[in-house]
Amino acid sequence: MLTSAERQEIEAEFSRYPNKRAVCLDAMKVIQRHRGWVSDESLRDLAQELDMTPDELDAVATFYNLIFRKPVGRHVVLICDSVSCWIMGCEKLCQRLTSQMGIGLGETTEDGRFTVLPIVCLGTCDHAPAMMVDGDLYQDVEADKINDVLKNYK
Amino acid sequence: METPLTKNIPTNGDGPLNFKAYGKAGGYESLHKALHMSPADITEVVKKSNLRGRGGAGFPTGTKWSFVPMGTDAPHPKYLVANADEMEPGTFKDRLLLEGDPHQLIEGMIVVGYAVQADIAYIFLRAEYKLAAERLRRAIAEAYENHHLGKNILGSTYSLEMYLHISAGRYMCGEETGLLNALEGKRANPRSKPPFPQVSGLWGKPTIVQNVETLCNLPHIVNNGPEWFKSLSHTADGGTKLYGASGKVKHPGIWELPMGTTIREILEEHAGGMRNGVKFRGLLPGGASTDFLTEEHLDVRMDFTEVQKAGSRMGTGTMIVLDDHTCPVGMLWNLEHFFAQESCGWCTPCWSGLNWAERILRAMEEGRGQPGDLDKLGFQTKFNAPGHTFCALAPGAMEPLQSALKYFHEDFEQHLHQHRCPWK
Repeated sequence: MLTSAERQEIEAEFSRYPNKRAVCLDAMKVIQRHRGWVSDESLRDLAQELDMTPDELDAVATFYNLIFRKPVGRHVVLICDSVSCWIMGCEKLCQRLTSQMGIGLGETTEDGRFTVLPIVCLGTCDHAPAMMVDGDLYQDVEADKINDVLKNYK
Repeated sequence: METPLTKNIPTNGDGPLNFKAYGKAGGYESLHKALHMSPADITEVVKKSNLRGRGGAGFPTGTKWSFVPMGTDAPHPKYLVANADEMEPGTFKDRLLLEGDPHQLIEGMIVVGYAVQADIAYIFLRAEYKLAAERLRRAIAEAYENHHLGKNILGSTYSLEMYLHISAGRYMCGEETGLLNALEGKRANPRSKPPFPQVSGLWGKPTIVQNVETLCNLPHIVNNGPEWFKSLSHTADGGTKLYGASGKVKHPGIWELPMGTTIREILEEHAGGMRNGVKFRGLLPGGASTDFLTEEHLDVRMDFTEVQKAGSRMGTGTMIVLDDHTCPVGMLWNLEHFFAQESCGWCTPCWSGLNWAERILRAMEEGRGQPGDLDKLGFQTKFNAPGHTFCALAPGAMEPLQSALKYFHEDFEQHLHQHRCPWK
C-alpha cells in the first residue's frame, strides 16, 4: 500500500504531464525517498496507481541507473568511473573505498551504512576524480582523505 | 573579446543573478524584442547567424526549427525540450550555464518557444546536477511571478508553461529520441526516424529538442543580430563556444572563446599545457565519442567543419587529454566499458559488438590478448559504423577506437607481444 504522503507527492506530479505513465520515474523516486528502494510490492502498488502493468513499470525501473530495485544502505556513494576520472586515478579511489568497507562495487556494508555504486561521468571533469554521497558532490577527491568525507555520514 | 554566454556568471563562487539583477544586467531584453517580431522572422535571424547545435552533432539550429508545422492548422500542444542531460564523459560545459545563469537558459527557451509557437517546455535535467536543479526551480518560479512564463507572457497573446523534469540517469537519455521516450515514462530506447521529432515528437506532437548551450545563445542573437554573432567567431560557424580540457593538464577548466580557436591555444594558453613530468600524446576533442587527434593536429581550429576535416568531430568541445603516463589501451577499455554498459540493447551491432570490443580490450590490458584481436577490433569499427543502428551511440563508441588503432597501433602491439600492460 502506498502511504497517503507518498500518494500526495505522486499526485502533485500529475499536472506537469498529459498522462499518468509519464510520472512513473518521479513516482519511483518518491517511493525511494520514503523507503530507500523500490521493492516488488511497492512496484505492484505503484503500477496500479499509474494504470500500468507491473512488468511495464519494472521494464522502466531496471533501465535507469538511479532507480534501486534492491535495498541500499543508509548512504549511497556514487563514484565516477568515466574517462577523465579514470585518467586522474579513480581506480585507486575505488580500491581504497571498497577494501576499507570490505565490499565490492554494487554492494552494501554489513552494518547497512553504505552502498557503493559506480556512476557515469558526473560532469565535473576539471575536478577529477569525483564522487557523490547522498547527492553531495565531492571534487578532487584524494584516496587518503576519503575518511574525512565519509565520517559525515553516520 | 566578448563572452556573451558567461558574462553574468560570478567567478567568486557567488550564486547566480536573480530575476531582478538579471534584468538590470540586460536580461530578458530579447524576449521583449522577440514578442514584437514574427516567429518566421526569428527563425530567419537564427538561420542567418549560422548557429549550430552545441550538443555535439552541430545541426544548424534555424533549419531544425523550419521543419516544425506552423500556422493555424499545426497540431498542438507543441513542445520544446532543453536537453540538460549532460552525460557525455569528459563534458562539463552545460553545468556551468545551468548553475551560473539559469535565467539566461529560461530566456532562451521562451524565445525559441515563441519562434516555434510551443505551448509546453521541459528542462530535461540529469539527476546528479543537484545545484542546477535547485537554481532552476527558483529561477522558473521567479519567471512565473513576473509574467515571463505562464499565460499571456508580458501581456502578449503568447503563453508558455515550463517544467523541470529530473531524470533517473542513463546516457541514452541524452539522445534526442531516447530523451522523448524517457520523458514519456518509458525506457530511453531511440525511435526510428522519420518521423522526425519536429513533426512527431513527445506524445506524437511537434517537438524541438535543443542543447542548453544552444538555447543560451538565443537571447544574444536576437538582441544583437546575426552579423554580430558571426563576427564573434574566427570561422564560418557563428558565435563563441564553451571549450574545456580535462586530464593531466596544468589547469583543467572551461573557457568561453571565439568559435574556431585553435586546439593549441586552448591547450597551451588556457589549460596551461601539460603537468610537469608528463607529455602530450593525443586528445579526444569533444567528449568520449570523438576520434583522437594528435600532435600534428594542434593547429586545427575547433569548429564543426575544421575538426571534421582533421578526421574527428568537435562534439561538445570539451577535450580529454591523453598523456604519456597513461595507457591508451586502458583508456580505450574504460571508454568501451562505458559505451557497452550504457547501450540500451535495442540494436544488435551495439549490444553485441560493444561488449565484444570491451572484452577484447580488457583481455589485452590483463595480458590475455590473442594474435587476431586487432583484426577483431577493426571488424567492430565497421560492424558498428553509421547506418547499422538506430542511434549514434555505437558509431560514437567506435570513433575513439578506430582512431586509437591508427595512432597508437604500437601500444596495442606491445600489449599483445609482452602479454601485459607496459604501464603496469
